[in-house]
Amino acid sequence: MILATIDSEREPELRRLLASMNREPGSLDPLNSLVPFPRLERLHFARFVILDDKTLNDIKVYGLPRVDYPTYLAFLGDVDGPADAFLIELAKVAGDGLRRIFSHCKEYQPEVDLRGWLKTQSVSPGANYINWVGRTVLQVGQEETLRRSIESFIQKNSPSLRAMSPPEVRNTLQQFVAAERQAGRITLTPDEPTPLGWQLRNILNLVGLPVLVLIFLPLLLLYLPFFLIQLRRRERSDPQIAPRVSPAHADLLASLEDHDVTNQFSAMGSLKPGMFRRVTITIVLAVIDYTARHIFNRGRLARVSTIHFARWVFLDRGRRVIFLSNYDGSLEGYMDDFINKVSFGLNVVFSNGIGYPRTNWLLCDGAKDEQTFKDFLRRHQLPTQIWYNAHPGLTALDRKRNSLIRDGLEQTSMPNSEIEEWLRLF
Amino acid sequence: MGGNGIDTLPVDYSDIQGIVRFGYGPLTEACFLLLDIRDAPAARSWLSTAPVATAVELAEPPKTALQVAFTREGLQALGVADDVIAGFSDEFLSGMSGQESRSRSLGDIGANSPQYWRWGGAGKVPHVLVMLYAQPGRLEAWRQTIQAAPWDAAFEVLDCLPTSNLFGAEPFGFKDGVSQPTLDWKRQRAPHGDQLEYGNLLTLGEFLLGYPNEYGKYTHRPLLGSDTPASSVLPFAEDASDKRDLGRNGAYIVVRQLQQDVRGFWRFLDRQADSDPQARQALAESLVGRRANGDPLLPISAQPIEGIYPKNAEQNQFVYDSDSDGVRCPFGAHIRRANPRNADLPPGSTGLFRRLLHTLGFGNPKLRDDVVASTRFHRLLRRGREYGPALTAQEAVADLPETGEHGIHFICIVANILRQFEFVQNAWVMGTKFDAMTEESDPLLGNREAVPGCPFTNTFSIPQQAGLPIRILDVPQFVTVRGGAYFFLPSLSALRYLTAPGARPHGIPSSSNDQDNQPEQTPPALN
Repeated sequence: MILATIDSEREPELRRLLASMNREPGSLDPLNSLVPFPRLERLHFARFVILDDKTLNDIKVYGLPRVDYPTYLAFLGDVDGPADAFLIELAKVAGDGLRRIFSHCKEYQPEVDLRGWLKTQSVSPGANYINWVGRTVLQVGQEETLRRSIESFIQKNSPSLRAMSPPEVRNTLQQFVAAERQAGRITLTPDEPTPLGWQLRNILNLVGLPVLVLIFLPLLLLYLPFFLIQLRRRERSDPQIAPRVSPAHADLLASLEDHDVTNQFSAMGSLKPGMFRRVTITIVLAVIDYTARHIFNRGRLARVSTIHFARWVFLDRGRRVIFLSNYDGSLEGYMDDFINKVSFGLNVVFSNGIGYPRTNWLLCDGAKDEQTFKDFLRRHQLPTQIWYNAHPGLTALDRKRNSLIRDGLEQTSMPNSEIEEWLRLF
Repeated sequence: MGGNGIDTLPVDYSDIQGIVRFGYGPLTEACFLLLDIRDAPAARSWLSTAPVATAVELAEPPKTALQVAFTREGLQALGVADDVIAGFSDEFLSGMSGQESRSRSLGDIGANSPQYWRWGGAGKVPHVLVMLYAQPGRLEAWRQTIQAAPWDAAFEVLDCLPTSNLFGAEPFGFKDGVSQPTLDWKRQRAPHGDQLEYGNLLTLGEFLLGYPNEYGKYTHRPLLGSDTPASSVLPFAEDASDKRDLGRNGAYIVVRQLQQDVRGFWRFLDRQADSDPQARQALAESLVGRRANGDPLLPISAQPIEGIYPKNAEQNQFVYDSDSDGVRCPFGAHIRRANPRNADLPPGSTGLFRRLLHTLGFGNPKLRDDVVASTRFHRLLRRGREYGPALTAQEAVADLPETGEHGIHFICIVANILRQFEFVQNAWVMGTKFDAMTEESDPLLGNREAVPGCPFTNTFSIPQQAGLPIRILDVPQFVTVRGGAYFFLPSLSALRYLTAPGARPHGIPSSSNDQDNQPEQTPPALN
């Protein structure tokens, strides 16, 4: 994520400039003259969002003065491969447009090489979630083309296919795809081998956290009772702040949503004051990052199968956090998934933020206070000025199904029952 | 505050409009009047004496019934204070057609756009809904009785939505209203934690304001300071004992006029079935998810389901767990979309270990495992009525002269429009990606509009045991929205508050009313 401080006097101008990239609010013009997103071939999702926190007064409930943090401009991209390589491509494809956009920011220096500047403004996330680690933009597109081609072949040859046995059908489809590939109408680029460096780092990460935990386990266990006492004391007294959002804010957010089957979500807030919450959330996010990387990397974040990418990023030396995600369906359904499927996961992170609905033992209640939680979330939600999806119309489950279709084609042998199940994917 | 029977009050049926408890089935004649308020004092005066039917079970079945509900515009026209109105939900305040984003999410685009609606679109939102029900032959007289002075001074009748008696079937010929949630009138249900079984018994708070909902919480509604003028007719809120509850025993009522292209429906299916009446019927049953007589497409389960009574078990005691491939009832069938009958956790979450496994998202490797939201938070109490003449499949495909419009006035009662009606409409019915499907929409209700990146949404697939599903292409739009609005269905005491002269922002101070502390003692309205 690229982060830069907006020059407050030029903020209206920046907002107008960003708005000029949209056909209508919430709907990007892919051919806009500033950032031609579709030309960035390794980019899944991207957004520009103005981090204008309307909840800065909340800290006053703790008897502390309001801190006037600056308003930032954040640019976020979810990309294949190393971030560095993406920045090079970005500077090449959209250099002029990015310069125009970031020239509204205080840190911007026109004379400095853009790629280098973008790198200095980069902030790494506290935790990162990827729905399917290793599935590239290219692959998503190719596999959708594959499905559509097979689908139309099936429609054209329905009577004859219906007369065949499942293995024969699969055979016929395999032959069709082979012929289409021969003719160049279907391309299925084989997976690039995972770079050795990435693999090594991944293994190191896989082993690293458990080793750290093991080393500090005695200390952690000793500290646990104190942690629980501190937690309970806070849980009983931390105030809830979740008034209904104003109709104007709700309308603005709604106007940006449901233009595609996938939606963006951006939210920010301040952590509760004191080290306790900051340390807790840092550890929790490290655990989420770890599990997302090594366990929840095949289509589901715990029970939720609708999130494409999600990120938690610390701001202002760990005092504030932003959460950015791309999800399928409408906001109401997304929040229901949060509440009904992963409330424990939500609670353990967001209850460290000021005003969160009251939790019990860190994991319980909290988000289960349905309407209070929804009000809290929408109050912290930010309008996302610019949002790009490389493959609109494809949910995370669509992408998974398409990969399963491809896998079934490429497998050398398959038992009958699996063939039947595979055929039911169409 | 849970409904454990200790600290909860019994339900006061005499404060609740009857439609929440009864469908008024025997009152087969009905019409729904859409009114504008011409003169607020006259309207208040008529409303304050209107014989609104309550949920009290009478010794003798009623011969007629009257129900009233208001839009946000209607409450304003009545002169209700803005800060009181602001306590209602955003969806109600904004209205069904009030925002483009709402229309997008409800599927009210293309031919369904509010700009084409007969009523309920911009500038055409009625103030008041008056629902009249009567035994056969009595409706006209009942309407005359109701429209006595000061009716004419009070209201302008914008529209009168007629209904017809199709003997329990909807215009396509399928038994309607088979599955309804059972309300926990005794207030004994106190859901705690994840529910492992699909249940049909739901807390009152899902359908009435002022009671705990399925989350054990009270849905937002207007709560008035006890010093608010004229508010003493209202009960105190259970969850805020210093506040008067304008919502308690009231609900939201969603009305949508849905025109059904009965001829288009049967003619399309007839072409698909090569004019074989049996195949045509079977295909229609796949689309609906039930047989014409209401029987489900899968056998009823051996295990009883909470809240489904034996008399209804034959058609409702089933879940889709045994049909995880959609071979018996297609995933996209209308009734499977509208009520997926699942629990909070995927099937087989018994035992501590498996439950933990499923909670963390493991043990469900298949594409469709655990992708549909838990049903109990998204139920609707339906009270719709059909309109237009009956037309059989046989008649519909025959070359006969047009006989007029067919359709249904879809009506449902909920406590939370967004979480219940709008969610079901958006994610399940209009959703082109429901249950990991693609390029589909509800076979009956879908608007077939393209979504970005997905040029068509007009297919319907019927999964087959041995492989490739049968996919029906180019399914036309069969149902078109002709009107709609969100109404507040007040309790009897809320109705008294809304029509009390003291409730106006600058009205007469109502000091004498403040002495009245017994809002629960309302006598039932007479029929």
